Amino acid sequence: MIEIKNLSKDFAAIRAVNNISFSVGKGEILGFLGPNGAGKSTTMRMITGFMPPSAGTIRIGGFDIIKNSLEVRKQIGYLPENAPVYPDMKVIDYLNFCGQIRGFTKAALKRRVENTIEKCFLTTVKQQIINTLSKGYKQRVCFAQSILHDPPYLILDEPTDGLDPNQKYEVRRMIKEMSREKAVIFSTHILEEIQDVCTRTIIIAKGSIVADDTPAGLLKRSDLYGSVSLTVENADSNEITNCLNQIKGVETTTIISDENEIVRLQVYPETKDTPITDKVMAAALANNYQVKSIYMEQGRLDEVFRTITT
Amino acid sequence: MRLNESFRNIKAIQKRELYGYFGSPVAYVFIVIFLLLMGFFTFNISNFFEAGQADLNNFFQWHPWIYMFLVPSIAMRLWAEERRLGTIELILTFPVTIAEVILGKFLAAWIFIGIALSLTFPMVLTVSYLGNPDLGAIFCGYLGSFLMAGAFLSLGSMTSSLTRSQVISFVTAVVGCLFFILAGYPPVTAILSGWAPIWLVNLVSNLSFLSHFISISRGVLDLRDLVYYLSVISFMLFVNAVVLQSRKAA
Ligand SMILES: Nc1ncnc2c1ncn2[C@@H]1O[C@H](COP(=O)(O)OP(=O)(O)OP(=O)(O)O)[C@@H](O)[C@H]1O
Ligand SMILES: [Mg+2]
Repeated sequence: MIEIKNLSKDFAAIRAVNNISFSVGKGEILGFLGPNGAGKSTTMRMITGFMPPSAGTIRIGGFDIIKNSLEVRKQIGYLPENAPVYPDMKVIDYLNFCGQIRGFTKAALKRRVENTIEKCFLTTVKQQIINTLSKGYKQRVCFAQSILHDPPYLILDEPTDGLDPNQKYEVRRMIKEMSREKAVIFSTHILEEIQDVCTRTIIIAKGSIVADDTPAGLLKRSDLYGSVSLTVENADSNEITNCLNQIKGVETTTIISDENEIVRLQVYPETKDTPITDKVMAAALANNYQVKSIYMEQGRLDEVFRTITT
Repeated sequence: MRLNESFRNIKAIQKRELYGYFGSPVAYVFIVIFLLLMGFFTFNISNFFEAGQADLNNFFQWHPWIYMFLVPSIAMRLWAEERRLGTIELILTFPVTIAEVILGKFLAAWIFIGIALSLTFPMVLTVSYLGNPDLGAIFCGYLGSFLMAGAFLSLGSMTSSLTRSQVISFVTAVVGCLFFILAGYPPVTAILSGWAPIWLVNLVSNLSFLSHFISISRGVLDLRDLVYYLSVISFMLFVNAVVLQSRKAA
């Protein structure tokens, strides 16, 4: 359990983190979202004990990060922003070093390192000097370092930054798989990642938490959520708009585009939680419109993100 | 229990650091330049052969001046580099104490300089061939030189922790080293002794690496000199720890 209470951080004149509180339990994956400079990395640096907070407390597994720093740090795996690693070491030697620092020796060390190398798809480069690796591979080496000791708490600052789509997929899969016995906090700028991986999302802006919700809950805040996207052929846009607006439960209809007799419309319900797809479909059929496609919008995170953070 | 863990951590960090030295050209360039300078000053400036003495005083007397430039060039990387690469964020969030990291890094650099120093052994062979030197005095000379290198190094490690710029770190360390050398240099003590109270003159000249080094390299192994160097090292590394603790993310 990671418990954060009234955490703040001041840098000279700037308040980078402003009185935030939240907790993350075992089995949870918390997605940390926010514009550049929002204070995500600063918060993570405090959680991992790198920076002392200006105010507030951080407890991990019941221990205070300042008072029981060493004990707590043994339980944490940390991937800092930009994945810093020592450039002039071989991958395998670097991971051996990290393993030794984590207290593994001899056979256990060897097994751990080999295992992690395989898990992170580093087998082909394990004898290569880190300096000569591509950005994505460096990122993977640093990620490998963070999971090497199988820590119960994982703090990952933009773990998929610089990875190719396949590797992004793999890292997400690993995070999901590992999360059963771990509490995970990870930050990202990729919104699909939030939908795909997180059990909960915190959006922070200018140092303060502006939303703390499940991805589904966030989606519901979207203006689009619950509205129906409809595309019809051979229709007059004004006529069909009038027709749809008369349906009970429909608030308004907007025309997205009207080209070559193909009309795209967005139909908004009066209340978001009452589905109107079937009624719209029925009305379209009753008036003999040729429906090319119809679906209910699930909401869009980028839109929610924009409204919340600006 | 905790002590074992400490040793293990220090050893792991020290091993990694040494690995880092020899994994880059820095180590080899340093050793070659170190040996070249040692040879140049001893043979070409001090005219070692013409002096006709079977001792290494002409060799050891150059050590403070050579260290003044070369040790900061090793020390400047210690922390500035970690800051620049961002690896400081990982090493300081590993389950190791700041003292362990500092000691591990310091010992590695000291061992490295020790390796360079020990490669001057042909000097010993040369004097042994030429005459009948006092091997005890030579041993003391090496010991004193090594301790002095440690003191320079601790100073450089401290200045390196202040900044992420290796240039600033290097220049501050050189100036600091110069102060510690000059504090005991007769012309400087002469300036002071004109007006300053005698205790101040003694204090300043006692702070000097030079006065302690000269007595050791003459073959006089005084416990006070040993204590002096070890205190300088401890003090500098302590300041190093305080700086790191308070300015981790600077
Ligand atoms: N060491 C520091 N000294 C001074 N200000 C800092 C320091 N570190 C961060 N800041 C400031 O704190 C604020 C938050 O920075 P932080 O790195 O936490 O943002 P972030 O949310 O991680 O942004 P990004 O998405 O770009 O990674 C910024 O205004 C930044 O300039
Ligand atoms: Mg960041």
